[in-house]
Amino acid sequence: MSTPATFLTEEMRQQAIGVESQPVTMEVEKGHIQRFAEAIGDPNPVYNDEAAARKSSYGGLVAPPTFLRSVRGVNLELPFELSFSRRLDGGSDWEYFQPVRPGDRINAVARVAEMAERTGRLGTMVFMTTITTYTNQFDEVVATQTNTLIAY
Amino acid sequence: MAEQVYWEDVTEGMELPSLVKEPTTRQLVQYAGASGDFYEIHYDKDFAIGNQLDGPILHGALKSAFLGQLVTDWIAPLGSLKRLQCQYRGMDAPGNAITAKGAVTRKYEENGQRMVDCNIWLENSEGQNTTPGYATVILPSRQG
Repeated sequence: MSTPATFLTEEMRQQAIGVESQPVTMEVEKGHIQRFAEAIGDPNPVYNDEAAARKSSYGGLVAPPTFLRSVRGVNLELPFELSFSRRLDGGSDWEYFQPVRPGDRINAVARVAEMAERTGRLGTMVFMTTITTYTNQFDEVVATQTNTLIAY
Repeated sequence: MAEQVYWEDVTEGMELPSLVKEPTTRQLVQYAGASGDFYEIHYDKDFAIGNQLDGPILHGALKSAFLGQLVTDWIAPLGSLKRLQCQYRGMDAPGNAITAKGAVTRKYEENGQRMVDCNIWLENSEGQNTTPGYATVILPSRQG
């Protein structure tokens, strides 16, 4: 195993916290929402049936709660190499403020909130907590996602 | 689809109707395409084994989507989801059925809105909770 016995110093932790990504913009397409809903196996008509969606609390088509995971390319450039080749997703915490609708232009920015090291079953693991803020074309925050990435 | 759940009908401890999911490798490929997450541990067996795994595993975000569906099915069509949290504690593999479950932990009013908190989780076929989490929803009232 090439995994280092210990990796993260307090100095590195301090350098990482607060690092922010470049903003990434994604236009929300109706077809993409449908493909996403099909992929997760969710037949809820608010994702694909205009008439039914109109009667819902949203008043029209919306995207599934985790749809914004498909905003790709939100890269955090740390001031050091995270020298582990493997990655696992540790968990996510979504807060919702506005529905995401077809035609929305979503801007995503991620920020490092915390970094910690632990030793577990898979050896030395670095836990990086990031908060991604998603804003629409009306400058409304539609959602935030706090995510934990495990590098090992 | 079931009838609308109103805030007045909810009691603490009440269970949400559970949702059975039977993910396949095909679904993981489909999810990779729809979400843009093409990390190979989710569909390439050799790659997954090279990463100390027994084989491909579900995307964490797909599991969180299953929990999202559990909650949005329960509150449809008039409720809205405010928070969806979960931790990927155990791995789930394609070919194994998992059941999304939930139970109400708290019912309250906040800023004039009628809120409900729930514990939510995914249970594998051995009865293990692989993905514990919680959700907060706003429900409609019978008083309008």
